[in-house]
Amino acid sequence: MNLWRKLAWVALALVLSASISATWLSPSGYAKQYRDVTNAVPSRSHWLGTDDLGRDRFARVLYGTRISLLLAPAAALISTLMAAFIGGLAGYLGGAWARLAMAVTDLFLSLPWLFLLITARALMPLNVSPVVSVMVTFMLLGLLGWTSAARVLCATAGSLRTSDFVRQARAAGLSGGRLFWIHVMPNLRPVLYAQFWISIPVFILSEANLGILGLGVAEPMPSWGSLLKELEGMVSVGEEPWKFVPLILLVVVVTSFQLLLSRQEEMAA
Amino acid sequence: MKLYERKRVGMARSCGKAIAIAILGLEFLGLSAMAQGGGELRFCLRSEPKTFDPVKVDDDASAAIRYLTGGVLVRVNRQTQELEPGLAMSWKVSKDGRQIAFRLRSGISFSDGTAFSAGDVAYTIQRLMDPALHSPTGDAFRSGAGNVETKVISSTQISITFPAPVAGLDRLFDQVAILSEHSPKREMAVLGPFMVADYKPGSTVLLKRNPNYWKTDEQGRKLPYLDSIRLDVQPNRDVEMLRFKRGELDLINSLDAEYFDKLASTSPQQVRDAGPSLDSEQLWFNEVTKAPIPGYKKTWFRSADFRRAISEAINRDDLSRVVYHGHAQPAEGPFSPANKFWFNGKLTPQPYSPDAALKALQADGFRLENGTLKDKDGNEVVFSIITNAGSKPRERMAVLIQDDLQKIGIHVNVVTLDFPSLIERMTQSFDYEAIILGLTNVDLDPNGEMNVWLSSSENHQWNPQQKTPETPWEAEIDSLMRAQASSSDVKKRKAAFDRVQEIVVEQEPFIFLINKNALSAVSAAVHGASPVILSPQTFWNAERLTVSAK
Repeated sequence: MNLWRKLAWVALALVLSASISATWLSPSGYAKQYRDVTNAVPSRSHWLGTDDLGRDRFARVLYGTRISLLLAPAAALISTLMAAFIGGLAGYLGGAWARLAMAVTDLFLSLPWLFLLITARALMPLNVSPVVSVMVTFMLLGLLGWTSAARVLCATAGSLRTSDFVRQARAAGLSGGRLFWIHVMPNLRPVLYAQFWISIPVFILSEANLGILGLGVAEPMPSWGSLLKELEGMVSVGEEPWKFVPLILLVVVVTSFQLLLSRQEEMAA
Repeated sequence: MKLYERKRVGMARSCGKAIAIAILGLEFLGLSAMAQGGGELRFCLRSEPKTFDPVKVDDDASAAIRYLTGGVLVRVNRQTQELEPGLAMSWKVSKDGRQIAFRLRSGISFSDGTAFSAGDVAYTIQRLMDPALHSPTGDAFRSGAGNVETKVISSTQISITFPAPVAGLDRLFDQVAILSEHSPKREMAVLGPFMVADYKPGSTVLLKRNPNYWKTDEQGRKLPYLDSIRLDVQPNRDVEMLRFKRGELDLINSLDAEYFDKLASTSPQQVRDAGPSLDSEQLWFNEVTKAPIPGYKKTWFRSADFRRAISEAINRDDLSRVVYHGHAQPAEGPFSPANKFWFNGKLTPQPYSPDAALKALQADGFRLENGTLKDKDGNEVVFSIITNAGSKPRERMAVLIQDDLQKIGIHVNVVTLDFPSLIERMTQSFDYEAIILGLTNVDLDPNGEMNVWLSSSENHQWNPQQKTPETPWEAEIDSLMRAQASSSDVKKRKAAFDRVQEIVVEQEPFIFLINKNALSAVSAAVHGASPVILSPQTFWNAERLTVSAK
């Protein structure tokens, strides 16, 4: 394992453990409004200052990290499993099935996903708690984000279908689901891992995009997206540098995932 | 280095002289600017103007151009809110409020040289009331079935008769830019201080001084002072702000509190807070009978006691202080105190007392259990507040209200929706529980709000399009609004609308939250600017503005 990958693991471990310890590190919580000290600069009582409603920014960063970092992998898992099922099966079956599955995939790919998410969010019932809303947001991301991975898996499964060992297995009398589960799926695993790792930063950024539009995680719950919204309208970097902490965290986490991902890609290759 | 030191010494020695010269210079600047031409004023329109035809104006950008180019018979002075003579030297409204007679100025020409006469006024009224044109300005004059009759008595006298009384008839003419009946340039021939000289769609509208403008200043100099006005189409407020800071723009007509404070921190002399505007922000509950929400929630929302308790639990001072950085006033009722005449001065500020709110709810059968409020049937008091995504102040207000109501055990879910989805829920499906939105008032007269207060109206947001008023107080509002609309007696109208305001404050169908201040920015290069609360805030006196060379 090279140095950069070790650093990536350390960075992710640190960020994850800090966010999990949010309850102890910042006992006042993310929603408490100190209305007399809004937009405060960093101090002993508020390490990263307060936001425009007087909420402790450090607490919000920790809780927001927890949400983004725990739910983005969950969404990645949903999308990877869907991609495995649709893409893998289409590639394995080949012929008309593959063409049909890929046509559906292309149709999904051609949809403007951001507008689709906005529409899906608008159709949701209004009276859901912030916890449910955050889970639904990430679930939507997972359900809509399987398409690119499905294409890759379809191509991989297609090549496996015509590989020698599958032909031999088929010649030996193996067929149908048994052949798929025993010989094809295990060989898709490295690609699935790679797709899973690729999806995580994509979903983190997607939630951040939705958050910037005001359509992500519901208030008062924080997420990286809602925290990044604070950067809107900033004129200079030096103005309030502590507001950049969520952005720096996002960059560190996404970079760390990319570094780990390159390892997965090597393994897949 | 030496040169620098010598300069500093020189500056110090001549400091007193310099100040005196500067003061004289400033005095002189305005005069010299007028003598040599008042320069070019530059500011942004937030959208593309949809039309240059003043009769068809239906958007802010077109309204700004109409204000700058259109000649009107009477003009509401944006500073005093009083009516002043324009193209008409005098006017008289009949006792029954159906007829208005104007005496016009003589010797006036349109920008292309065509002479102005009473025939042009008759032609304008005819176009304004033409049903085929669907003029939004004309809608305000449609008081009843039948035709509007114009009678040209002479070239400088005209009377206009409406089929039914029109409330505030004379003030409505502030929006009516007179068109030329005979000019080949049609609506491009104008009587206002400026005329459209060039238009690049999506980019710029260039207005030039109207050489035939009739008005002069107190010293007899011809108005306007400015040579031209360049209006850049720029919907992005960040870009507008950046360009203003760079000195590429002279005005920002409307600023939000955040931008205002940012600009104030670097250039305090360039920002202007004109005080509370006519605009309000309010929260309301869904009281629509057929709304697809649980019955027990409808019972809460239709209870005036419940609405009053919610209102009492909201800290409006904090909304003003935290969300608007102090550039807003807690709302007292449906009209802003900025509307000097029509505001009911007897209204008292809305109280803030979570304890009193909780007691009122408990007296109504609600009970607090483990920090959660429940109604008498045991249903937890939980509801959602929706507002439009992208409106930071509304989102922040919703979160503050969420926190305020939590203190009395009410759980609020804040949901931001894209605007079309919100409007669909508000006007079509009625699938919502509470909404925070704003009312933009451009009209001082309560008649402009008929579409909000009449129970049969589409914009009676909490329960629109009622066949007959569903509550006695809505029936009373209907009758008061109709009475004031058909009366030309200002005192009677004022008494009727004062009562409407009292009913609204008692019943709280709209929980009025704040009245925003009118915030603007004016470059130091602009002389004569005096921003006001009425639209157009910064350039209402454009004919008297000058811009010094940059």
